[in-house]
Amino acid sequence: MSATDTARSERTDRIVGVVQRQGAFAVLVTVVVFALAVFPDFRSLDNAGTILVAAAPPMLIALGMTFVILTGGIDLSVGSLYVLGGVLAAWASRYGLVAAVLVPLAVCATIGLVNGLLIAYTRMAPFIVTLAALLGARGLMRALSDEGSTTYVVQSDAFGTLGTGSLLGLGYQVWLAVVLVLIGMLVLARTGFGQSVYAIGGSEDASALMGVGVRRTKVWVYVLSGLLAGLAGAINAAKLGSGVTVLGAGMELDAIAAVVIGGTLLTGGAGSIAGTVAGVLLLGVIQNMINQVGDLNSNWQQVISGVFLAVVVVVQTVLDRLRRAS
Amino acid sequence: MTTSTLSARRTDVRSWLPEYGVYLAVGLLVLYNVFFTPYFLTLSNLRIQLIQVAPIVIVALGMALVIGTEGIDLSVGSVMALAAALIPLYLGYGVVAAIGVSLAAGIAVGLINGVLVARVGLQPIVATLAVFVGGRGLAVVISDGQLKDIRNPELLYLGSGDLLGIPVLVWIAAVLVAIVAFVLRRTVFGRRLLAVGGNRRATELAGLPVKRVLITVYVVCAVLASIAGLLSVARIQSSDASAVGLLIELSAITAVVVGGTPLTGGKVRILGTVAGALLMQLVIATMIKHDLGPSTAEMAQAVIILVAVYVARERKTR
Repeated sequence: MSATDTARSERTDRIVGVVQRQGAFAVLVTVVVFALAVFPDFRSLDNAGTILVAAAPPMLIALGMTFVILTGGIDLSVGSLYVLGGVLAAWASRYGLVAAVLVPLAVCATIGLVNGLLIAYTRMAPFIVTLAALLGARGLMRALSDEGSTTYVVQSDAFGTLGTGSLLGLGYQVWLAVVLVLIGMLVLARTGFGQSVYAIGGSEDASALMGVGVRRTKVWVYVLSGLLAGLAGAINAAKLGSGVTVLGAGMELDAIAAVVIGGTLLTGGAGSIAGTVAGVLLLGVIQNMINQVGDLNSNWQQVISGVFLAVVVVVQTVLDRLRRAS
Repeated sequence: MTTSTLSARRTDVRSWLPEYGVYLAVGLLVLYNVFFTPYFLTLSNLRIQLIQVAPIVIVALGMALVIGTEGIDLSVGSVMALAAALIPLYLGYGVVAAIGVSLAAGIAVGLINGVLVARVGLQPIVATLAVFVGGRGLAVVISDGQLKDIRNPELLYLGSGDLLGIPVLVWIAAVLVAIVAFVLRRTVFGRRLLAVGGNRRATELAGLPVKRVLITVYVVCAVLASIAGLLSVARIQSSDASAVGLLIELSAITAVVVGGTPLTGGKVRILGTVAGALLMQLVIATMIKHDLGPSTAEMAQAVIILVAVYVARERKTR
C-alpha cells in the first residue's frame, strides 16, 4: 500500500468514525432545524420545555440501557419496572416524599439485582432472564393494583412538586436527567467501572483474563438499569399525580431503539451516552413535530421512528464495513 | 444399588428433564386441573383453551425456526396488526383477495427482515425492532385507527367454525405444526436451517446458500404471523390494528424457549414449542379458575421461564 493510499484510508477511517459517533447528533440537528423552519409552534421556549420534560423518563431508562448494552447485554424488564416504579411511588406517597422515592428505587433495584445475579452467575442469556423479569415485574404491579383496577393517587404534595415544579424555567425532571446523564458520562469515561463496562462488551473472555471483575460489573449494570427505570417511573407518577397501570408500556424497546440510534452497538463494547441523549431527543422531537401537525395521525410517529431506526442502523453497519475494509 | 447405576440414573434425569420436562409440566398441570378444577374437562372449556392458544402456536412455529438460526423476530406482533388492518380494506374484493393481500404483507415484511439480517448483516433483534416500532403504527394509520367489524361468512368460518367437531382454527394450527415439523426434519431446507444456526461460518464455507436460507426463514416466520393475524381477526370478528397481536412476540419467544429450543440456535423443538405454548396457556387458565388474577399467572410464568432455561443450561454445560 502506498503512502497516499494509507493517508486516504486513514482519512476515511476518521470520517467514518466521526459519522458513526456523531451521526445521531447530526440527524438531530437537521431535524430540529427543519422543525424550526416548518412549524411556527415549534419555535417557542415552552415547546422546548415540553419536549425535554417528556424526554426525561425515557432518557433515564435509556441511560441505564446504554450501560447494559455496552456490556453486550440487554434489559427487557425496564418497561415493566417503569410502570411498577410509578405504581409503587404513588402508593408509597401516602408515607411522604422520602418513601415515595425510596420504595420504587429499592424494589426496582432489587429486581435489577436478581437479573444481574442470574445473568452473571448462571450464564443464562440476558434476553431470557430479563424477559422473565418483565413478566414478573408486571405481575407484581398488577397484584399491587388489584389486577390493574386500582389507581393510586399521589398524596404527597412535596413528591408531586418533584414532577411539576421547575427551576430556571426547566422542570425538575429535566435537571434530574441532566445531572444523572453527566454523572453517567463521568462514570463511563473516568472510572474503573466504566472501563470494565467497555472491556466486557469488547471481549468478555479477554476481560476476565485481564482481571476485570466481569461478574461484579455485570451485576451492577443491571442494578443500575433497574434503579433508573424505577426512578423514571417515580418521576412520571409525580408528574401525572398517580401511578398509571397502563400495560405493555413498551418502553424497553423504545429505549433500545434510542440507544441503537445513538450509535451504541448491540454487540457491546462501543458507544456513548452522548449518542443515547441524541437518540432519545431525536425520537422526542419527531413525536413533537407530529403533534404539531394537528391533522396527522399520531401513529405516524411510530412509522417515522421505525424508518429512522432502520436507516440509522443500516448506515452504521455499512460504515462499519467500510472502515473494516479500509 | 451400585454407584455406577446411581450416577447413570442421575445422568438420565439430567438429559431427560430438559428434553421432556415441558411435556411433564403440561401433563401435571392437566392432571391437577382434572381433579381440582371444576368444569375443566368440559368440551367447551377445552375448546376455549385450544382456540386461545392456536394463534400463539402459529406465531411460535415461525419464531422457533428463526431462533433455530440463532435469530429472533420482534416484528411478529406488528405483522399480525398489518394483516389485520389490510383485511377489511380488501374484503370487498372477496375473502381470497383479502387473505392474499395480508399474506403478501407478511412476505414483504419477512423479506425486509431477512435482507437486513442476511445481506446487510444487522443483528436480528435490531433488524426486526425497526418493523416492530414502525409496523404497528403503519397498521393503525392504514386502518385509520378504527375498529372494523368483520361480517364475511367465509372468513368468520375460519375463526369460529367447526370441522368434524373441532374448531377450524385448531385444525389450521395443527396442520401448520405438522408441515413445519416435516419441513424441519425431512427436507434439505430443514437441515440447512439447523446448519446455519449451529455454525453459520462453517455452513458458508461448506458452500450452502446461507443468505437464502436466512431470508426464507424470516419470510416463513412473517407469513405465519400474518396467518395468525387474519385468524385472530376472524375469531374476534373485528379488526383492531392497535390491539391484534400485542405483546405476542414475548409469548411466542416464551413458548419456544420453555419448549426447549436454545436461543443459541442449531436446534429446534417444534412439539416442545407447542407444549410450551400450552403450558403458558394452562398456567393462566388454572390461575383464573382458582380466582388468582393474571398477576399471579405472570409471576408463575416468569418462574417457569427461568426454571426451563436453567434446566436446559445444566445439560449444555455438562
